[in-house]
Amino acid sequence: MITDTTSGNRGLLQAEPLIFESGHVTGTGVDLPAPKGTPNKLGGLTRKAALDLPGFSEPETMRHFVRLSQKNYAIDLGLFPLGSCTMKHNPRLNERAARFEGFADLHPLQPTSTIQGALELMDELAHWLCTLTGMPAVALSPKAGAHGEFAGMLAIKAALEARGESHRKRVLVPSSAHGTNPATAVAAGFTVDEVKGDEDGRVDLEDVVAKLGPDVAAIMITNPNTCGLFEPDIKKIADAVHAAGAYFYCDGANYNAIVGKVRPGDLGVDAMHINLHKTFSTPHGGGGPGAGPTVLSAALAPFAPVPHIVLRGGTRELREHTDGTQAFGRMCAFHGQMGMFTRALTYMMSHGSDGLRQVAEDAVLNANYLLARLKPHFSAPFGDRPCMHEVLLDDSSIKPAGVETIDMAKALLDEGYHPFTTYFPLVVHGAMLIEPTETEPKRELDRFADVMIALAERVKAGEVEFFKQAPKLTPMRRLDDTRAARQPKLRWRRGQNDTGAKVAAE
Amino acid sequence: MRYLPLTEADREQMLGVIGAKNVDELFVDVPKAALLKDLVDLPKAQGEIEVHRHLQRLAEKNTPAGRTAFFLGAGAYRHHVPASVDHLIQRSEFLTAYTPYQPEIAQGTLQALYEFQSQVAQLLDMEVANASMYDGSTACAEAAMMAARVTKRKKIVFSGGVHPHYIDTARTACEALGLEIVALPAAVDDEAAVMKHLGADVAGVIVQSPNVFGTITDITKIGEAAHGAGALLIATFTECVSFGLIEPAGAMGADIVCGEGQSIGNALNFGGPYVGLFAVKEKLIRQMPGRVAGETLDADGKRGFVLTLSTREQHIRREKATSNICTNSGLCQLAWTIHMTLLGERGLRQLATLNHEKAIALADALDKVSGVEVLTRRYFNEIAILLKKPAQGVVDALAEKGVIGGIAVSRLNPKAGMDNVLIACATEMNTDQDIATFAKALKEVLQ
Repeated sequence: MITDTTSGNRGLLQAEPLIFESGHVTGTGVDLPAPKGTPNKLGGLTRKAALDLPGFSEPETMRHFVRLSQKNYAIDLGLFPLGSCTMKHNPRLNERAARFEGFADLHPLQPTSTIQGALELMDELAHWLCTLTGMPAVALSPKAGAHGEFAGMLAIKAALEARGESHRKRVLVPSSAHGTNPATAVAAGFTVDEVKGDEDGRVDLEDVVAKLGPDVAAIMITNPNTCGLFEPDIKKIADAVHAAGAYFYCDGANYNAIVGKVRPGDLGVDAMHINLHKTFSTPHGGGGPGAGPTVLSAALAPFAPVPHIVLRGGTRELREHTDGTQAFGRMCAFHGQMGMFTRALTYMMSHGSDGLRQVAEDAVLNANYLLARLKPHFSAPFGDRPCMHEVLLDDSSIKPAGVETIDMAKALLDEGYHPFTTYFPLVVHGAMLIEPTETEPKRELDRFADVMIALAERVKAGEVEFFKQAPKLTPMRRLDDTRAARQPKLRWRRGQNDTGAKVAAE
Repeated sequence: MRYLPLTEADREQMLGVIGAKNVDELFVDVPKAALLKDLVDLPKAQGEIEVHRHLQRLAEKNTPAGRTAFFLGAGAYRHHVPASVDHLIQRSEFLTAYTPYQPEIAQGTLQALYEFQSQVAQLLDMEVANASMYDGSTACAEAAMMAARVTKRKKIVFSGGVHPHYIDTARTACEALGLEIVALPAAVDDEAAVMKHLGADVAGVIVQSPNVFGTITDITKIGEAAHGAGALLIATFTECVSFGLIEPAGAMGADIVCGEGQSIGNALNFGGPYVGLFAVKEKLIRQMPGRVAGETLDADGKRGFVLTLSTREQHIRREKATSNICTNSGLCQLAWTIHMTLLGERGLRQLATLNHEKAIALADALDKVSGVEVLTRRYFNEIAILLKKPAQGVVDALAEKGVIGGIAVSRLNPKAGMDNVLIACATEMNTDQDIATFAKALKEVLQ
């Protein structure tokens, strides 16, 4: 072991057992009024078994979660270059606005006379999204990017049904696509037909054309794509798809690279989800919440899911049911991620159209700067052309020395950086996908590039063991994924801490 | 622009290193015709003062729940959230972290997920829980699709007590897959009616308790019948505080329990973001959608946590994945776990008891109003009442008197044939004065 202490602590970093191991069921950190003892109306359905949930006082709760927080990396600590995840600065003004009582303390089913400001905010957000993308309509309710994909594909399905062409079941998805794309197409009831990528990391236009036919419902393309490249044939692909009677779904996960510079509507897109948390900076919170509004072309707009906001004589009302509309249905119980709408609109207004355009330009500039600095030291499979917002490297220059992508990632942890995205996209062997985003200053990019280059030098010097031992300085060393999957232990159970693990306090 | 750190000098220098004359050379792959020359027709950048003012103005056009006598539930609940919860989730290391793909530097998130899964399983009396879904309604849709995968059958039966928006959400997802949804007529107290629809083609029956009308149901017999017919029993809920007081579905034989977690740790937020709770019997874990954290060891033999069972997930299985879920509700889940840690068993039981007592007080007060009949006999914190007038008109009239007095069933489900039924809810946030105000206003409106 690297750290050998009695407490399991490590300098300022303290070991922290599970709440179940240190709390007690009689503890509590809330003071509530005492119940009156009214006879219950539960019809004999009172809970029988104990909950066995430990409770902590407020100071203990603060310490537990603050200590846990110190075992996390975050964008506010440093560069978080996860490609295709888009970890950029999260302005705190967004947080403040989302917590205004007039937004946070609103019930989704209040009478519409009491929520006019909230509906106006949704309309404003819709206006920004439609104007930026050049699309006539947007469905706000999808709760995350993948949920937005689902909404777009269901709109396509509904439009095909309305045309009497429900036999169109095949969806073309490039091999480089996000895994959610094929999963979504299947969830929407389609079959997936994989389209090849060409040698340059782009969708192969000829293969698309060859695969188009009267049974094709749509193509799903991520643009800019997951190799960090803009699809130069995008318009030709869109035209061919439309000529074949199919629709063009664009995965908008990487919209931050072109916001304010290119309108997807001008490229022939029929539907595209927008990850508000990526392009418009709402925080990722260790895995969400996200929000995935989906912009729709005129052909698909009538099929947008409910609820819809309708303006009647200066008052906004909600249409909440599909009756009398062509809406394909409902995506979730209420109106979507209002908290994220507030944050995204705050961000959009702060930047304005000029700032958002600068966002795209700086994101692309930062990525190309890193590419220029790293290209001489690593293998960049598509590095002979400009990239968009992310840089794709692979492990072909380091693997012969015995160092793989995962080792490079773990070595970066000891250097104080969150690693790049590992092994994605799947079409590139040993992929390392780096996305700096527009909120990184030049000196931060230079420091990161210096560290990457120093690591490449260590590979060249044959320091394989250095990489295999990494990370040495993190709160945990390399964790055993195989063990977790083979012997799943997914929760605490009283009297069953039998993994043989050295618990922190030992 | 205050969020963009590059200076003009930086940009020039960087373009020099790249070997480009200007930034548009980097957009060379964009078709020329599609590259916008002018700015998009939207306002220009604004300072923090202006943006704050604008958002504040929009917020002030709304009536927040806390400024009225407020009795709305039906899927979203107003509860006290301790100040420390919001403080903790705003810590940078939680707020601005990503999905824990590198577990060595994400143990904070991962341990909190593991604690969440443990707390949810304890609360619902189930064997395993996943690490948060978008919300209750989408969790319910995932449960329906999961039942179809597990049983290889195509029909899902919903009781008349399930929240209509949950049924609509599940219908959207299930019908896309070619599954058949049978939604029974709305009923204040008849979850057991689903048993009449059991057959060899039924994948699962979905019941809700407490249901959308507030009724609590013993679902044990429904479970036995479902299992006898080879179907799964799926129990859903919208008010998770109830399980501090009432028997949870896990103890009554449910195979999948799914519902809304918003009540603990999360504000109303006008409908989102929320956090879905999802728990299953252990034998079903490999068919469970969504992310899950598991315990393991690190290279030094220390206990740690990782995301696991990812072979079910879209980033590996692509078109064969159990679901397309990618991002989840991590931060809402964290708020849930922090609040639940503050409550503990003692606090949760007390909170649940308070809620129930407030609902009894509300039922008693409304029952005394002429033209009102309380329909719900066994309830937790929510009741259905029959009015002598259409409920939507009553709700609107109450709003004019400063009372947000529940939700008309006709708004949730215009085809329910329950135009005169109102669903009202009381929580620990309602004072005796609020209840008296509601009763008085209702009396005036019904006159």
